Amino acid sequence: MSLVQGAHRETSPPAGARANLLAWPEFNQPAVWVVAAILLIMPFIASGFFLIEIFATTLILGTIALSLMFLAGYGGMVSLMQLTVAGFAAYMVAVFGMSANTNISLGWPWWLATPMALVLATIFGTLGGTLAVRTEGIYTIMITLAIGAAFYYFTNQNWAIFGGHTGINTIATPKFWGVDWRSDVPYYYVTLGVAAFCYFAVQYVSRAPFGLALQGVRDNPRRMAALGFNVNAHRVAAYAFASFIAALGGVLQVWNYRQISPGSVSVGACIDILIIAVVGGITRPIGPFIGAFIFVILRTFALDLLVKFGLDGNRFRLLIGLGFLAIVFWSSDGVIGLWERWRRRAADTHTRPSGGHGHG
Amino acid sequence: MDSAAPRFSAVGSGAALELRGVTRLFGALAALTDVTITVRPGERRAVLGSNGAGKTTLFNCVTGDFPPSSGTIRFFGEDITHFPPYERIRRGLRRTYQISALFPGLTVRDNVYLACRGVSRGRFSPLRPGANDALMHAAEALIQAVHLTPVREQLVAELAHGQQRQLEIALALAGAPRFILFDEPAAGLSPTERRELIEILTSLPAHIGYIIIEHDMDVALRVVESVTMMHNGRIFKEGLPHEIEADPEVQELYLGAGHE
Repeated sequence: MSLVQGAHRETSPPAGARANLLAWPEFNQPAVWVVAAILLIMPFIASGFFLIEIFATTLILGTIALSLMFLAGYGGMVSLMQLTVAGFAAYMVAVFGMSANTNISLGWPWWLATPMALVLATIFGTLGGTLAVRTEGIYTIMITLAIGAAFYYFTNQNWAIFGGHTGINTIATPKFWGVDWRSDVPYYYVTLGVAAFCYFAVQYVSRAPFGLALQGVRDNPRRMAALGFNVNAHRVAAYAFASFIAALGGVLQVWNYRQISPGSVSVGACIDILIIAVVGGITRPIGPFIGAFIFVILRTFALDLLVKFGLDGNRFRLLIGLGFLAIVFWSSDGVIGLWERWRRRAADTHTRPSGGHGHG
Repeated sequence: MDSAAPRFSAVGSGAALELRGVTRLFGALAALTDVTITVRPGERRAVLGSNGAGKTTLFNCVTGDFPPSSGTIRFFGEDITHFPPYERIRRGLRRTYQISALFPGLTVRDNVYLACRGVSRGRFSPLRPGANDALMHAAEALIQAVHLTPVREQLVAELAHGQQRQLEIALALAGAPRFILFDEPAAGLSPTERRELIEILTSLPAHIGYIIIEHDMDVALRVVESVTMMHNGRIFKEGLPHEIEADPEVQELYLGAGHE
């Protein structure tokens, strides 16, 4: 018997064994199809306010939080600068594209300004990642937080490119094929398309060598090096991938608000992304979108709810904070974890529990 | 040095592994002092010694987990002293760990697949493996070789101790190993599992040499042709298994430290 490669053709693994690697096991769940169908027909159900303020916003925040989920869930790297990368992309759209600040904006058409913004933001995030991968655990959090804070103060004080504390306003959005892509329904489909693309990209890559190796780096970096992997190069590549996703979210965001200012890239906003990812759950790509939905619903309606009870509406963050505390307390892997445990208990009667996906 | 013809296109001396004056300090403590060892391609050697003799530190220096403080390490003639671990592995060096170093959040198959992928191209590939992926076949073959086929879909965290030890070996056999360092592969194995381990070691292709750290003399002496005895971070004695076994100094040291 030979134990090394070359003699492998004599073994034929059972056909079913590899099928689930090739197919998309996530498509086997009817819930996925129901959600997809609802999202597709949403414009016929929801009004403009709900469509943009709730669903498009959820998809945008979810996409940015997805980039954190990819780094933290698969790579074990908690990066607090994902919103900063998105904000950088948003600023670049404003700087290279058209806006009311004609002294800043270069006036490029959207189809040039957008790829430029995506490329620059990806480079920005990759450089930040190159710094961050030299550290582990809490120090990664500190370095990425420092990058986020530095960018916030820089945008506040730089008038030549970032427009100081007033930022850049009335940014042009794409109009072509006779469609104003910022009007509610087309814009909703754009965000849905981008979010779906990012979601499936992360889901797909997680089972590809790049994603598997990243999970290996998360579980045991030393052993990964002893298997022939350059661990730091893998981590930097993960930052590049995540930065591109965050940058896509940033472009969507600046098209949504048509303005960008330091308030959008504040440290508080960076931490909101962490809250969204953790509340939703960082073990699966769907988690950040669930977290974003909860966050947006609370942010939008907690105010009215609190006022109804005679409390100050601005305290909606208190509700988010309490929800965050409760979820972290009862389920370290977020809403996804609660749901999985509930499903496992339901299925426990006839099958063996299959165990969680990844670590908590 | 032995003049056995290298079976590989070895550059230089023809030794598979050559350590010269390797010293490793941890602060003021010398875990290894002036260790010089030469191992031929295909040679199988045991490293014996009590706890703290420097056996695992020796492995860590060779793989680059902890680079040596001084001295040189050559692998098939190439000076790898300052190479990062992954460069050494890609040149055909492999190791196992005394305490299983696996990926508990991944399945058995993914663990072995990663090992196969680590020593070939496409480590960064964003494409899922296809139905006829050669590395996936290689992984399946390795899993079969270490008798883990029934549990290949399970997460490693759910495996029994013996199965984790077998997986540990499978990871070291991926790709085209030229030399393997086994760090107490039999630790905690049942008698049956020990027999399986011996069978795996003795059935390795003849060109693959290894060094095995093993306290169990029954296992060690059955799978090696030479023995190095270490004590307090130094090479204490080298010889054939029966010479070492009969050596009164070794007996005193080894029995003094007790079998584990």
